[in-house]
Amino acid sequence: MTGYVNAGKLADAMERFGSEADSARRGPEGMLDVMQGFVHELRSAGLPVSMTENLDAMRAVEHIDLSDREVLRAALGATLVKHHRHRAVFDIVFDVYFSLFAPGIQGDPDAPADSDALGPAAPAEGGGAQGDLSPEELAEMLVRALMGGDRDELRRLAATAVSQFAGMEAGRPVGGTYYLYRTLRQLDLEGLVERMRDSLRDDGDESEGPLTERLRDDELQRRIGELRALVEAEIRRRLVADRGVEAMARTLRKPLPEDVDFMHASKEEMLALQRAIEPLTRALAARLAQRRRRRNRGHLDFRSTVRHSLSYGGVPAEPKFRHPRPSKPEIMVVADVSGSVASFARFTLQFVYAMASQFSKVRSWVFIDGVDEVTRFFQESDDVAQAVLRVNTDADVVWVDGHSDYGHAFEVWHDRHLDEITPKTSVIILGDARNNYHASQHWVLGEIRKRARHLYWLDPEPRGYWDTGDSIISEYAQHCDGLYECRNLRQLQRFVAAIVDI
Amino acid sequence: MGERFASVPDVVDRLRSVDYLSDESIAGVVYLADRLEKPVLVEGPAGVGKTELAKAISAVTGARLIRLQCYEGLDESKALYEWNYKKQLLRIQADREHESDWAEVEADIFSEAFLLTRPLLEAIRAKEPVVLLIDEVDRVEVETEALLLEVLSDFQVSIPELGTIVGQQRPIVVLTSNNTRELSEALKRRCLYLHVDYPDVERETEIVRVRVPEIDAELADQIARVVHSIRALELKKAPSISETIDWARTLLYLGKSEIDPETIGETLHVLLKYQADIAKARKELGAQTAAAS
Repeated sequence: MTGYVNAGKLADAMERFGSEADSARRGPEGMLDVMQGFVHELRSAGLPVSMTENLDAMRAVEHIDLSDREVLRAALGATLVKHHRHRAVFDIVFDVYFSLFAPGIQGDPDAPADSDALGPAAPAEGGGAQGDLSPEELAEMLVRALMGGDRDELRRLAATAVSQFAGMEAGRPVGGTYYLYRTLRQLDLEGLVERMRDSLRDDGDESEGPLTERLRDDELQRRIGELRALVEAEIRRRLVADRGVEAMARTLRKPLPEDVDFMHASKEEMLALQRAIEPLTRALAARLAQRRRRRNRGHLDFRSTVRHSLSYGGVPAEPKFRHPRPSKPEIMVVADVSGSVASFARFTLQFVYAMASQFSKVRSWVFIDGVDEVTRFFQESDDVAQAVLRVNTDADVVWVDGHSDYGHAFEVWHDRHLDEITPKTSVIILGDARNNYHASQHWVLGEIRKRARHLYWLDPEPRGYWDTGDSIISEYAQHCDGLYECRNLRQLQRFVAAIVDI
Repeated sequence: MGERFASVPDVVDRLRSVDYLSDESIAGVVYLADRLEKPVLVEGPAGVGKTELAKAISAVTGARLIRLQCYEGLDESKALYEWNYKKQLLRIQADREHESDWAEVEADIFSEAFLLTRPLLEAIRAKEPVVLLIDEVDRVEVETEALLLEVLSDFQVSIPELGTIVGQQRPIVVLTSNNTRELSEALKRRCLYLHVDYPDVERETEIVRVRVPEIDAELADQIARVVHSIRALELKKAPSISETIDWARTLLYLGKSEIDPETIGETLHVLLKYQADIAKARKELGAQTAAAS
């Protein structure tokens, strides 16, 4: 490998660049080590990095100016990450590996600050440089920096906020999210937005239309988002300094969108999931279409061959085949949308409808203790996400108390819709089968099974939780063709591919 | 190539000289593509200037742009080369009278004179520097994608009758994809990857000002901010950069110096092309209420 990479030059650059200090001191092998550790970390985070890409990255760093972090990021990103949805993970790992010295703070800690009160900026390890700053003063300065769009100042203040509020202790085994939560709670971002809004209103002009307001709000949210990211980066940087790169990278490992657990997704992860669904379904549809094309060689279509032979003077030069058209399955989805599994149902519905072209017909119901058909929402709007939103707000799913009652929901469904099941229909039930100790009415599933082509159950709970507490999954599962654990997009995708591909 | 890029800032500067505003990641990847002699795969939503990037590179390096527009059903006879069989037939027919040796005829009709070069082969055989743009590569089938592999990794083509044709020089190759399907790993491995997203407010303001020089700085900023807010909504099709520019021109022609809700309501169709999107944006931006009152 050293044949490809000028190790001496790299190490030299690393020294200037100042990544993990001791590994750089180890000599020319330093950068190689850092790079290999970096790639290793990307791989263990689930990113597929091939040998070629690894070598490309090594060659790439030879050509660039390593003192510019963003250029290094671009170079490594371009060579190592080939999927946009993997980029967020890459960025975090990158920050951990190449950020012992945060940009801005690095080099000139005594750079003259624009602010009058702050004085010299907080040094990287500064615990109490601004210890005497009251929260009120800090908030005041933050608002000023946010309004002025002064990024360097903002970064310094974020560092101050972390030293003051996070209460970080060396060697304490807590995750970064804990410190982040503590810092943000103290900073009171909402309050900051409110203050900025007020001060804008004070010196704003009279033309206060809803438009101006809206634009301003978007702008403020954007800046607050920036601050949040800075705080997050600062905490991460300090944790790295405390625990070392490798240990830190391990704790920060964030699952890829397709591996995020539906039931425990944070707000940001939900958004990431939302965005991941569409490309995933598109890719899946393309793959399935292709497989279908390839598989259906078909048998010789004699008539067509003879007809086409006329253009070759009666010689059947071009054999024609008859391609069988397999009937697409008809899908009925019955989903539990009670609190605990609502997001799972939402994503599954969205996924299924995004794949609607693969099915001849899709109908859907949601239930808690009452059941309501929601197909109409999807028919009325061609925006699936919008329709799912309406399902959440407009569907009539509460019968008595709004606690899951699978038994009652199934019974009602049975009375209303059993006749509509045809031998082409696959019925999919979504839920955790936590029935709050109501009657299970599992015979309904038996009836469905008799009429339908297939009956599947998707459970968003980990396998280990099945049949614990009020979960009666196996009582229902005895009637199903298949019971699947479906905790993330990857599993969901696999399931949908399987039922389309029968 | 005489006009290689010297450094990343050099890329930024030179792209700017042809009115293409890049950022560090775009410039960094372009620079690497030039240095490592690897193709660049550019992905991103429609209308963020992916194709424009290839054109800009060709403009600043003084290289000829060779473009292969991909579509479903594209095959090697359209992408790589084809034998000019009509001419071959003529040649054979003309020869009947002279009764010459078949081997000779065969050697003749499979010579370069009968070869129709298509974009890929043209780029490989070019003597002068070229930029090869393979546009919307996600539209071809996976089978056709394989055809690109040899070209992209070794910059050569094998033609059974002629042998392997190796490129005279390594051009900069730019592939663009709208991500309508996942490209094969093999293809991605051979490329540098660049994801281009919508620019942030500051960069878009700058783009508007560069592209529509007559525009007022204040207005450009407002335009960028409104567009940014619109993109944050959940729309079927978010406004692209070119649509932003169109909108800026529209406002300029209408003689607006400032954006008010009414103006937005009237000109939103320049930015958004779906009725549902327009209605939503109107509602969210308060353009509707203002228009009614």
